[in-house]
Amino acid sequence: MLKVIQNRLEQGYRTTKYPKESISLYSRYRGLPIVHQDCDKELARQCAEACPQQAIDAEKMVIDLGRCTFCGQCEIQSQGKFVTFTNNFELGTADREALLTSGSLPDLAEHSKQHFKSLFGRSLQLRQISAGGCNSCEADTNVLGTPFFDLQRFGIDFVASPRHADGIHVTGPISNNMKAAVLSTYEAVPAPKVVIASGCCPISGGPFWGSKDIVGDLNSLIPVDLYIPGCPPHPMTTLHALLKFFK
Amino acid sequence: MDNLLPIQNGQAVSRADIPDLDFTVFQESVLDATRHSGFVVQFFAYEDEQSTLKLIAVIRSGLKIYVAGCSLADEYPSFTPECEKFHMFEREIAEQFGVRPKRHPWLKMVRYHANYRGKEDVFGNDYSQDIPGNYPYFIVEGDAIHEVAVGPVHAGIIEPGHFRFQCAGEKVFSLEIQLGYQHRGAEKLLEQAGQSLHRLPVIAESIAGDTAIGHSLCHSQAIEALAGLEVNEGAKIVRTNALELERIANHIGDLGALSGDVAFNPPFNYFGRIRGEFLNLMLTMAGNRFGKGLVRPGGIAFPVLEEQRKIISDKIADETPGIVNVCDLLFSAHTVLSRFEHTGTVSRANAEKLGLVGYAGRASGLPYDARITYPTEAYDLVEANKNERTVGDVHSRATVRREEITHSLSSISELLAKEIDAESIPVPAVYALAPDSFVVTINEAWRGEVSHCLLTDKDGSILRYKVKDPSFHNWIGLAMSLRNQGISDFPLCNKSFNLSYCGFDL
Ligand code: SF4
Ligand code: SF4
Repeated sequence: MLKVIQNRLEQGYRTTKYPKESISLYSRYRGLPIVHQDCDKELARQCAEACPQQAIDAEKMVIDLGRCTFCGQCEIQSQGKFVTFTNNFELGTADREALLTSGSLPDLAEHSKQHFKSLFGRSLQLRQISAGGCNSCEADTNVLGTPFFDLQRFGIDFVASPRHADGIHVTGPISNNMKAAVLSTYEAVPAPKVVIASGCCPISGGPFWGSKDIVGDLNSLIPVDLYIPGCPPHPMTTLHALLKFFK
Repeated sequence: MDNLLPIQNGQAVSRADIPDLDFTVFQESVLDATRHSGFVVQFFAYEDEQSTLKLIAVIRSGLKIYVAGCSLADEYPSFTPECEKFHMFEREIAEQFGVRPKRHPWLKMVRYHANYRGKEDVFGNDYSQDIPGNYPYFIVEGDAIHEVAVGPVHAGIIEPGHFRFQCAGEKVFSLEIQLGYQHRGAEKLLEQAGQSLHRLPVIAESIAGDTAIGHSLCHSQAIEALAGLEVNEGAKIVRTNALELERIANHIGDLGALSGDVAFNPPFNYFGRIRGEFLNLMLTMAGNRFGKGLVRPGGIAFPVLEEQRKIISDKIADETPGIVNVCDLLFSAHTVLSRFEHTGTVSRANAEKLGLVGYAGRASGLPYDARITYPTEAYDLVEANKNERTVGDVHSRATVRREEITHSLSSISELLAKEIDAESIPVPAVYALAPDSFVVTINEAWRGEVSHCLLTDKDGSILRYKVKDPSFHNWIGLAMSLRNQGISDFPLCNKSFNLSYCGFDL
């Protein structure tokens, strides 16, 4: 018992004050990219060529955050001339097209469906479905339950049964072997329901694009309401997206 | 061992030097090497340039690694009845290439996909049905027997898999674990994408995200060997530290989760938070909490300099006393110990027979640690760790993790003290792979032995890319640990192993 008390005192209170106070991540974190429109086209093309995810459109000078794994190669290769990654973690969007960006994303709060806010603003229960990814997305969703983030203080929680859920949060590129489970879990959630695609995997196939063993685009199976880019999305990216979209 | 070629971890050899044995000789030699002291590192098939099906075995025995190969017919006498270490490898080969190992005691599919050669399916599936197809689960019959089926979608935020228990009341007689739900074709993709080599590291670090460093190290070392790239000393130290940070983060997370599973909440919450601090240290080096993007063939993608080194050493100094105290809290609570001790025991004999690796193996008394046996990177500078409790129960697996956390913390501090600024590699990196070559890489990632094996063709294109996650060896260990155990101890046993679904499913 004494040890319990002693550890409690040592560990102290650790929950972040976000969103009341802003939070800044270490400079090396790669968040929203800013594509420099004045960059030499040839350099942009070289970056596009070298991008492992084919996420760069050198003609339109945009990066597809639905494909990008934020590996940072394009920034290093162009020495920051084509693109610089800021440490802005606010990356969630309500539609797929908006993820093709040169550095500014639409305000998520304004683009969310208003009835979601009235339905789920005070309580949002999600069923997480892990479908063929690498498990980092799941891991960094799980941490939202740890004391630092403490997601439950916002009335948001992950539940065991789809019947108790208001929506699904899907990670992974939807392996063919998980397709049936994704669909039946989705069906088991009572309507109205929300669908969240988390990480580049369920948006575009992520690192596994081109594999014949995956579906890739979740939106081709069921309509997606909220996209959270990243590989994996930083927990703050997910927290921000959930708060903006539903609160 | 006379028929096998001794090789070194991470050193390329010409494919022509690999003994191409007659099948019977191959089988005898490989079984001789593995029946007692040797273990299987890799055992896989591939089609060579003439579309001849070939079999390769990579065996470790003591400090040595050996390789040999042979041609493979559509049927062959199974290795498994003689030596259980081959059981899953043979099932994998049957699934990937439509080859039947005759008299395999438990021939069922592994990941549920059609074979690569368009051969008749060994399991009688046409893949129009959903997983597991026409496979009837193992059943225990009797009036008092009931069956519990769990998954693929589980109650928490975890990966999918199906667990089928055969029980009498609370007691589990048999647990069958069916995976494959996470199968996304990673090996095939690594082979296809091999034309554009720059995709490979991104795929490799997504084989198992919690082992991003372990798998990307194996990948990078293999490419470095085939392309003749040198890695500087500073980068080696950074890569070693990254692997140790990955180990600490995962072990701490699991100790917390184990505590949660026995309803002792303080360590669950503290370790949950502390794990995050280590992921943030990974971000300090890599810009990503799982270290993705850091390790690349030739070295590291981002420089790790005085600033980053200082953040890491300060944080470690800061958190270490807390980790020690929370560990003490967890391991001295008698309510915890009564749940940990003698739960989910895997005997040394079984662990050895099945070829368990990593902390699961060490907790059962198999001391193998690839960091010591086949050191890569800067591991020749790191002292060996010792494990005190090795009786194979949950308590042993937890204790090994605790010991490894302490060991890793001090190893990182020692390595950080070496004042070497680690510069990054130039981008884009341009390299070509040596033709007609073979390489195998082995690293002790946090769960145990990760290994990648590459074969190139006469043009230096990747002919076969074989990946093995330690989970491939260890899932059967979890199934064994549940025998005659209360079903309510499943979460605890499961967490004590904490195996990878995606690393297994590929
Ligand atoms: S950071 Fe994104 S856009 Fe840039 S190279 Fe990596 S995947 Fe491509
Ligand atoms: S998006 Fe990236 S981190 Fe998430 S599951 Fe896919 S590969 Fe893993």
